[in-house]
Amino acid sequence: MSDFPFLSVLTVAPLVGAVVVALLPRSRPTLAKQVALGWSLLVLALSVVMWVTWQVDGQRFQFRESYPWIPTWGVNFTFAADGIALVMLMLIAVLVPLVILASWHDAESSKRSVPVYFALLLVLECTMLGVFAAADVFLFYVFFEVMLVPMYFLIGSYGGHQRQYAAVKFFLYSLVGGLFMLAAVIGLWVVGGKTFDWVALSEVDISTGAERWLFLGFFIAFAIKAPFFPFHTWLPDAGGAAPAGAAALLVGVLDKVGTFGILRYCLPLFPDAAQWFAPWALALAVIGIIYAALLAVGQNDLKRLVSYTSIAHFGFIGVGIFAFTTQAGTGAVLYMVNHGLATGLLFLVVGMLIARRGSALVSDFGGAGKLVPVLAGVLFFAGLASLALPGTAPFVSEFLVLIGTFTVNKPVAVIATLGIILAAAYVLWMVQRTTQGTLNPALTEIDGMKRDLNLREKVVVAPLIALIVLLGFYPKPVTDVINPAIQATMEDVGRTDPAPSADTVQEASR
Amino acid sequence: MTELELPPIDYAAIAPILIMLGAAVVGVLVEAFVPRRLRHPVQLPLALLAVLAALTMVVVNADKRVITIGVIAVDGPTLFLQGAILALSAVALLLLGERVVERGGAFVAQAAVTADSPEDRQQAENAGGAGEVYPLTTFAIGGMLIFVSANDLLTMFIALEVFSLPLYLLCALARRRRLLSQEAAMKYFLLGAYASAFFLFGLALIYGFTAGLGDRAAGVDFATVNAAVANSTASPVLLFAGMALVAIGLLFKAAAAPFHVWTPDVYQGAPTPLTGFMAACTKVAAFGALLRVFHVAFEGARWDFTPVLGAVAVLTMLVGALFAVTQTDIKRLLAYSSIANAGYLLVGVLAPGSEGLSGTMFYLVAYGFTVLAAFAVVTLVRDADGEATHLSRWAGLGRRSPVYASVFTFVLLAFAGIPMTSGFTSKFAVFGPALDGGQVWLVIAGVLTSMVLAFPYLRVVVLMWLSEPGDSTPTVAVPGGLTSAALVIGVLATLVLGVAPSPLLDLASSAADFVR
Repeated sequence: MSDFPFLSVLTVAPLVGAVVVALLPRSRPTLAKQVALGWSLLVLALSVVMWVTWQVDGQRFQFRESYPWIPTWGVNFTFAADGIALVMLMLIAVLVPLVILASWHDAESSKRSVPVYFALLLVLECTMLGVFAAADVFLFYVFFEVMLVPMYFLIGSYGGHQRQYAAVKFFLYSLVGGLFMLAAVIGLWVVGGKTFDWVALSEVDISTGAERWLFLGFFIAFAIKAPFFPFHTWLPDAGGAAPAGAAALLVGVLDKVGTFGILRYCLPLFPDAAQWFAPWALALAVIGIIYAALLAVGQNDLKRLVSYTSIAHFGFIGVGIFAFTTQAGTGAVLYMVNHGLATGLLFLVVGMLIARRGSALVSDFGGAGKLVPVLAGVLFFAGLASLALPGTAPFVSEFLVLIGTFTVNKPVAVIATLGIILAAAYVLWMVQRTTQGTLNPALTEIDGMKRDLNLREKVVVAPLIALIVLLGFYPKPVTDVINPAIQATMEDVGRTDPAPSADTVQEASR
Repeated sequence: MTELELPPIDYAAIAPILIMLGAAVVGVLVEAFVPRRLRHPVQLPLALLAVLAALTMVVVNADKRVITIGVIAVDGPTLFLQGAILALSAVALLLLGERVVERGGAFVAQAAVTADSPEDRQQAENAGGAGEVYPLTTFAIGGMLIFVSANDLLTMFIALEVFSLPLYLLCALARRRRLLSQEAAMKYFLLGAYASAFFLFGLALIYGFTAGLGDRAAGVDFATVNAAVANSTASPVLLFAGMALVAIGLLFKAAAAPFHVWTPDVYQGAPTPLTGFMAACTKVAAFGALLRVFHVAFEGARWDFTPVLGAVAVLTMLVGALFAVTQTDIKRLLAYSSIANAGYLLVGVLAPGSEGLSGTMFYLVAYGFTVLAAFAVVTLVRDADGEATHLSRWAGLGRRSPVYASVFTFVLLAFAGIPMTSGFTSKFAVFGPALDGGQVWLVIAGVLTSMVLAFPYLRVVVLMWLSEPGDSTPTVAVPGGLTSAALVIGVLATLVLGVAPSPLLDLASSAADFVR
């Protein structure tokens, strides 16, 4: 079974589905939704098979396939997944069906074609899967850029207030980053001897100066995508304007391409430059944690608030990556998964709340828990997961990042810990102002607020809640997959974990 | 008295040129002797057949590497570029011959009628378009074929005139907005005449420079110039001044800054199908000549001209990108985009070796098809007064006619260089060899201006899709078969060259070697 071309089939399948859905007549929206949901479930089933087939103690890269594409330039359709890519592929496969289910009625309010909306979601899934499955730098770049197009139309055509502005800003920011990366990709191709194969490129010796410039080219693109402070300003706009389902994918998965790119490309291909730039990257990450958390506290728009919390979380992931320890690195990747689940859930729940109220403003709610207790409960749970309460999955990853960082860089770990306190502030305040306290009388007059979660919505949130709790208590299946990949990456960078002394062990456990 | 010995002529090698010029002459006769209502049905097939016949001859000649009569070099680049010109011309001819979108076609019936007079309004309504468009276009194509194969500067100059003069005339033949069209033609003609004069003067200086060669006669064929660059005892001032003046003449045709000022006005004023023809084919011709002049004749002075041409390239990219941002007319926007693309092409010209050459040739073909598709869409978006080119009129087009808005969006994404379109592969094809050749700053300038250029393209996409249609949003005319065919070919080429560029890249690589 391991000879089955999982990655290419997995990448192409959603695209075929998208074509099918797009060709369905506009007058049959329900059929389009059903086909899209069925197709994404098929992709999920396939990726579960892939997960089972994965050999935990096997090679670093598995499921490798390669077909020639543009031989003149040495470009191949090369797919291969390491543990990091594998968990991200799983995350996408899990999230997309839930997002489709959660977006069941989203497209109807926009007067635009419903089948096209779901086709765009499937195209997006194709590009997201492709970007994580690619093991050829050119192919990666192609998916990285093409990914913008469906997202642009999802935000621009189906988004809410200020959607045009947000869509253009999103596109331009990403395109600018992508063009920096293009320059670096061409540069890498030239110094690497006209090949795009990741394995070959990772063995090339690059002069120090060139290595730093190339690192910067890639890093800027990924820092914009992730986004890290100070390249983050597009995310609140895009996240605030996107329909809730698309926003969940945007923040939950699409942005992880940035952190994934740093782990897969910046660190192994330019190890010396990565070490040289690490203090700066750590500084940006730490600033991001504190700054975005402070901004999140002050937000009145629910979706923008969640977007800012994500920027803070990406700061944690950045710290975990650039601490260069196995613990922190594993924590960072685990964080990428958990954040996808927790923030995805938060976005979807917030979306359900907004759809009922017809407004995204925190100040338009108040005491909503009395009207929709189950929904409020789920929001509370999603919030707690987002602030990394012990027992939820994000706690494990955040803890790993912090202890992994503490062993090598105490100041960064200490400052980052402050972010946890701020996280409690923004989450609890948001929950309090929307669902707790005295009931806002205006809410009782809105019919939507009288309906609690229906069956469809319960089906959407239940798997996410289950996964968050499960991974909170038993993250081993995921960490087992991630660990070897992170160890290999750290070996590429040439960093080994500091030997545990009695001292650090005590401090870490404190 | 000895008999004058004629140089042997390889007629097969120059057959494409002969076919086009012959067809042009036949076209003139058709115009003179065939009844008016039959002219269009005769002329268009005649021109298309000639183009296809010439293209066939190019394919037949594929392995030829000769210099015939001493002035026409038929080699890899010549054949590739001639093939490109002919293929693009065929598509452009489809647009030029369209008579369904607008009654009587895009061209005026009688150019001599005073603009805005009652007769003019009448002819704008229903008279059939002028038939001389076809022989003029055919002459221009023939001139371009000579231009890219010319092996001495004098032949190149004659070819320049042969293809420029018909273009000046054609520019003035728009059916609507005739004053704008005539003004454009006038501007193009005057500035073009200056550029030709520069070229001629440069040619004279180069001739003087080659006189410094001791062992062979002075001349302006490229082999002599090449030898002179290496060994001439004449003052290098002659060389540099001559090279600069020749370059000005060529850069003018290529629409490179600071010789670009005609471009927006001419692109806007000329009948749109012709604008497409110029944007696609004139570019190929101009860059074909630039490649040959700088790779063959002045190769030895590479270190001297690279910084200057590099500066021109950067300026061209900057001017094109920055001014494109402020445009409010779609044709002017595409004109500035074409200027910026001239800058990217210059990056390819400056990339040393055969990889730069093949990359540039690939870029020319890819860009030509995309730009033809773009102008094909422009001809379709219209209201009662003709084409609606002001950008504000395009608002909400995606809602009115999603198919054409999608096509145009795809074309714009290609211009912006998004992967899976030829815009991306062609950028890679020129930037890769340039970086390989050490032209880091040119590539960085190219990437930075691409970022700026993305904005105007995206603005059009936003207008079409994300804005609500207003009362003034024009409808999209149902295209006739010809425009549809041109559109389909252009879009397919853009897609195929983006997804599977290998065949054309291999062809360009195998053709990338000049005979000297």
